[in-house]
Amino acid sequence: MGESTGRWRDLDKLLLRPGNIVSPNFEPGTELRDDLQTYARVLVVGAGGLGCELLKDLALSGFRNIDVIDMDRIEVSNLNRQFLFRLQDVGKPKADVAAMRVMERVSGVNIIPHFCRIEDKDLDFYSNFTIIALGLDSIEARSYINGVACSFLEYDSDDNPCEETIKPMVDGGTEGFKGHARVILPGKTPCFECTIWLFPPQVKFPLCTLAETPRTAAHCIEYAHLIKWDEVTTKSSFQFCFCHSSSACSHMLLIMYILFQVHSGKSFDADDPEHMQWVYSEAVKRAELFGIPGVTYSLTQGVVKNIIPAIASTNAIISAACALEALKIMSGCSKTMSNYLTYNGLAGLHTKVTEFVREKDCLVCGPGVLLELDTSVTLQKFIELIGEHPLLLLSKPSVTYRGKTLYMQAPPVLEEMTRSNLKLPLYDLMDKVAKDVIHVNGMTSKNDTKQSCLLKLRIVFKGIDGMTDMDMASGA
Amino acid sequence: MVESRTKYDRQLRIWGEQGQAALEQASICLLGCGPTGSETLKNLVLGGVGSITVVDGSKVEEGDLGNNFMLDGASVGKSKAKSVCFFLQELNDAVKAKFVEESPEALIETNPSFFSQFTLVIATQLVEASVLKLDIICRQANIMLICARSYGLTGLVRISLKEHAVIESKPDHFLDDLRLNNPWPELKRFAESIDLNSTDPVVHKHTPYVVILVKLAEEWANSHGGCLPSTREEKRHFKDLLKGRMIAIDEDNYKEAIEASFKISASQGINPALRQIINDSSAEVDSTSSDFWVMVAALKEFIANEGGGEAPLEGSLPDMTSLTEYYVNLQKIYQAKAEADVIAVEQRVRNILKRIGREPGAISKSNIKSFCRNARKLTVCRYRPIDDELNSPMPAELQKYLIDEDYSIAVGFYILLRAVDRFAANYNRFPGVFDGVMDEDISRLKTIAVGMLGDLGCSGSTLTEDLINEMCRFGGAELHAVAAFIGGIASQEVIKLITKQFVPMSGTFIFNGIDHKSHLLAL
Repeated sequence: MGESTGRWRDLDKLLLRPGNIVSPNFEPGTELRDDLQTYARVLVVGAGGLGCELLKDLALSGFRNIDVIDMDRIEVSNLNRQFLFRLQDVGKPKADVAAMRVMERVSGVNIIPHFCRIEDKDLDFYSNFTIIALGLDSIEARSYINGVACSFLEYDSDDNPCEETIKPMVDGGTEGFKGHARVILPGKTPCFECTIWLFPPQVKFPLCTLAETPRTAAHCIEYAHLIKWDEVTTKSSFQFCFCHSSSACSHMLLIMYILFQVHSGKSFDADDPEHMQWVYSEAVKRAELFGIPGVTYSLTQGVVKNIIPAIASTNAIISAACALEALKIMSGCSKTMSNYLTYNGLAGLHTKVTEFVREKDCLVCGPGVLLELDTSVTLQKFIELIGEHPLLLLSKPSVTYRGKTLYMQAPPVLEEMTRSNLKLPLYDLMDKVAKDVIHVNGMTSKNDTKQSCLLKLRIVFKGIDGMTDMDMASGA
Repeated sequence: MVESRTKYDRQLRIWGEQGQAALEQASICLLGCGPTGSETLKNLVLGGVGSITVVDGSKVEEGDLGNNFMLDGASVGKSKAKSVCFFLQELNDAVKAKFVEESPEALIETNPSFFSQFTLVIATQLVEASVLKLDIICRQANIMLICARSYGLTGLVRISLKEHAVIESKPDHFLDDLRLNNPWPELKRFAESIDLNSTDPVVHKHTPYVVILVKLAEEWANSHGGCLPSTREEKRHFKDLLKGRMIAIDEDNYKEAIEASFKISASQGINPALRQIINDSSAEVDSTSSDFWVMVAALKEFIANEGGGEAPLEGSLPDMTSLTEYYVNLQKIYQAKAEADVIAVEQRVRNILKRIGREPGAISKSNIKSFCRNARKLTVCRYRPIDDELNSPMPAELQKYLIDEDYSIAVGFYILLRAVDRFAANYNRFPGVFDGVMDEDISRLKTIAVGMLGDLGCSGSTLTEDLINEMCRFGGAELHAVAAFIGGIASQEVIKLITKQFVPMSGTFIFNGIDHKSHLLAL
C-alpha cells in the first residue's frame, strides 16, 4: 500500500486503511474505492437547496454514478443557496443544470438528470439504485419515496428483513437555521412513516376567521387569496361561515375551498405575478377596512406560497451530514449514525442525535399487510377489496407483481393494455404461487388530503400446497 | 436591484433588510482555501457579503481536486487562492472577490496590520501556534475571528472576540410579554369595559383570552388575599373557573385562555439573564462605552423608575380568537404602552449620552426602539482568549466532559486535535500521513496525548486506543463532506456575528463524524 498522492489523496486515508471504529463489513483497499466508483449508484431526489449540495458532496465522496430527479425549473429566488445555478439558468430544469455543472467541475463523475415527477418513474427505475438521498421539502414526496424504497424490502420466514433487499436512504430537511438529517435502513431503523408524527400537520386558518373576524395581516391575505379570488372569478358569492347562525361554527377548513375553486373558471396561480399583485391589493383593502397593520407584498407571497425561509449554510450542514452517512453506509469506513440528527443554530448551536425506534406494525416498512384470498378472486375483485380494507382504503390502485404490471390506471393507453387482466384471477396473474408480495400504487386519504402512496401487500392463497396461513397470521 | 431582492428573498425573511445591509457592508478575510475554507466562503458569497479576500500561498495539486469543488482540472499547478477566488466570484457578481497569494502563517508573522482592514477573519486549517498569534492580533484590532478546521472525521469551529452584544436574538420560543397579572391602567380599563357575561353568543365566544385572564386573575386575587394561583391545586382550580365560564363547548377563546392560564402566574420583574446584564460592570458607562451599553444603562434606570421593576413592554400581541374590533383595540393598547416606554428609555439614553460627553442624538430612535422591543432577550457573548484556553486550562470542566459518556468521543477529539498540532511541531508533519510509520506514529501520538492530558490537569484520564488509532488513520485528511459540514457551521456563525442577530455559539464546537454526537465544549 503506497502513499496516495493522486486525486483521492484524502478520501483514500479512510477507504484504504484499516480502522478501529468502523462497520463490521468494512474491507479497506483500492478495491473498495473502485467498487464505490463502479457499482454504487446513488439517486438524489430533489435538485434544490439540499439536492445541489448533495450532488457536490457525493461527487467528491467517491461516488461516480449518480442520478438526480426534480420536476422544477430554476427561479431567481433559488440563487441565494442553490449554488449550481446562475441568473442565466432561470427557467431551465433544475435537474439538467445541476447535473451539468457538477460534471463540468468533477471529472469522471456521471450524473443522469431526470426532469419529471417522482411518481412518473416506475419501480424498476428506483430498484437500480444502491442508495437514495432525499433533498426534499414536502412530506408527501418523502412519504412517496419512502414507500418506494420500502417496497423492495423482503422478509424471511421468521419475519426478519433480508439484508440484500434493504434499500438505504439518507434524508435531509431544513427550515431557516434549523434542520435534520436521518438515516433510514428499511426493516432495521424507523422508516419515514414510522415517525410521521415528527412532522406536525400545517396550521390552517378556519374560514370563519378569515370571513368574519380577521385579526392579522395573514388573515387578510388568505381572505383575498381563498375567498375573494373565487368570488370574483365565479361571479358568485358563497356563505362560508356559519358562526352567526348558531354557536356551533363549522370551521370549514381551507380544503373545502379547494373544492370550490375547482368549479370556478380561472384557478389561482401563485406563480403568476398579476394574480399575486391582485391578492396583495385586495388584502390591503381588507386590512384597511378592519384597521389591521402589516400587509406587505413580501408577506403576501410568503403566506400564499407557504414560503419556508432557506439559507445556504443550513443546507450545506444538513446535506454534508447526509452525504457523509451515505459514504459510511456504502463503504463501512465508519459507524452509521443511529439514526436522526437535529441541528439548531438559532440560539447558539445545538446538535442532537436521537435513536428512534421502528413502529412494529408499520404498514410501509413492516412485512406488509396480509391478505388471504381465494384462488378465484379476480384482479377486479382484488382492487375492490383493497379499496374497502380498513387499513388500506386505497383508491384507484395500479398493481404490479414482481416488476410485471398487472393493471395501470393511467395513462389511458396503458390502462387499455392492462384492462383485460381485470377479469382474470389474481392467482393466475401471480403465476399460481401459494404466497408472495404484490405492490399497489394508489391514492389514500391523510388528514383530509389525498396523496399517492405505494404499498406492499402479502398475498396468501387459501388451500394451496397445504399451505395454511397460521405462520403468517401475525402480520395482518 | 429588484432582482437582488428576489434573489435574497428566502434569507431576507430570516434576517431582514437590516441584516442583509450588514452582510453587504462586511469584508471577510479567509485564511486557507482548502475545502473547509472554500465551503465556508461559498455560503457567504451566495448570501451576498460585501467583499472577500482569499489568502493562500499554495499551488493546486491533483489531490486538491478530490475534495475541493472550487477548483477544476485546469487549476492544477496554479495559485489555489486565485483559482478558488475565480470560482467563488462566479456564484455572485455583487460580491467583490480578491485573493492574496501568500501563506497565512507567513502573513500572521510578518504583516499583522494586514488584518485590520477586515470585519471578520476566518482562519481555516491553521495549527494552534498560528491561531494563537492571530487571536492576539485580531483582538487588538477589534476584528472578529472564527477558526474552522476539518481533520478526518472530526473538526472544530470556534469564535474568538472580546464581546458580542445581541439585541435581536430572535429566540424560537420565548414567553410573550402580556402583563396579565400586572395590567397597566389602560389595559385594565379596556378589560373592565367588556362584560364576560355577555348574552350575545358571538361576543362571548370572541372575547380575547387576554381580557378573560386579566379579569379572572383579578377576581381570583380579590378572593385569595391578593395572591394568584401558585400551587398545582390552585392552578387547576383556576382552570376550572375558566371552564365554568364557558357557555358552549366550541368556545375557542376559552380554550385558549385555559391553555394560556399559566401566564397569569408568571413571575413579575425581569429575568435573571437580564438582571445579570444590567448589573454588569460595563453598564457603568463612560465616553468609551458602546451604544449597546449606553442603552443598557438607560434600561437599568428605566427598570428602577418608570418601569416599576419591569423591562419596557414588547408591545406585540399573539393572534387569538377575538372580534376584529377587540383585537385591534387591544393591539393599540399594547403598542401605545410600548411606545410610551420607548420614549421614557429614549429620554434616559439622551441624558446619559450628554452626561458622558457624547452627542445626545448619537443613538437613533429606531435603534432605541429595537432595543426596547428586545429588552428581555438581550444577550451578551464573551469569549475567552485562545491563549487562556491553551495556557490556563479548566481541569474541573474538562474532567466533567471526560467522564460523561455522551461527550467521550468529542472531548477525545478535542485533546487529539491539539495533540496532532504538537505532533506536527515536533515532526513537521501530521501523524499517519505515511503508511510505513503508522505504528510508530500511533505510539508517538499516544505519548503526546497523555502528556497533554497531564498539562491540562487531568493526568488520571486516558483516551481510548481506538480513538488514537482513528486519529492516525485520518492522517490529516480533509474530507469534502466533513469540510462542507464544518464550513456550513462556520458560515452560519459568521452570519450571526455580522448581522448581530440570533445568538452565536459559545465554546469550541467539536465535530464527531463517527456517530454525530458533536458537542460544544466550554473550556
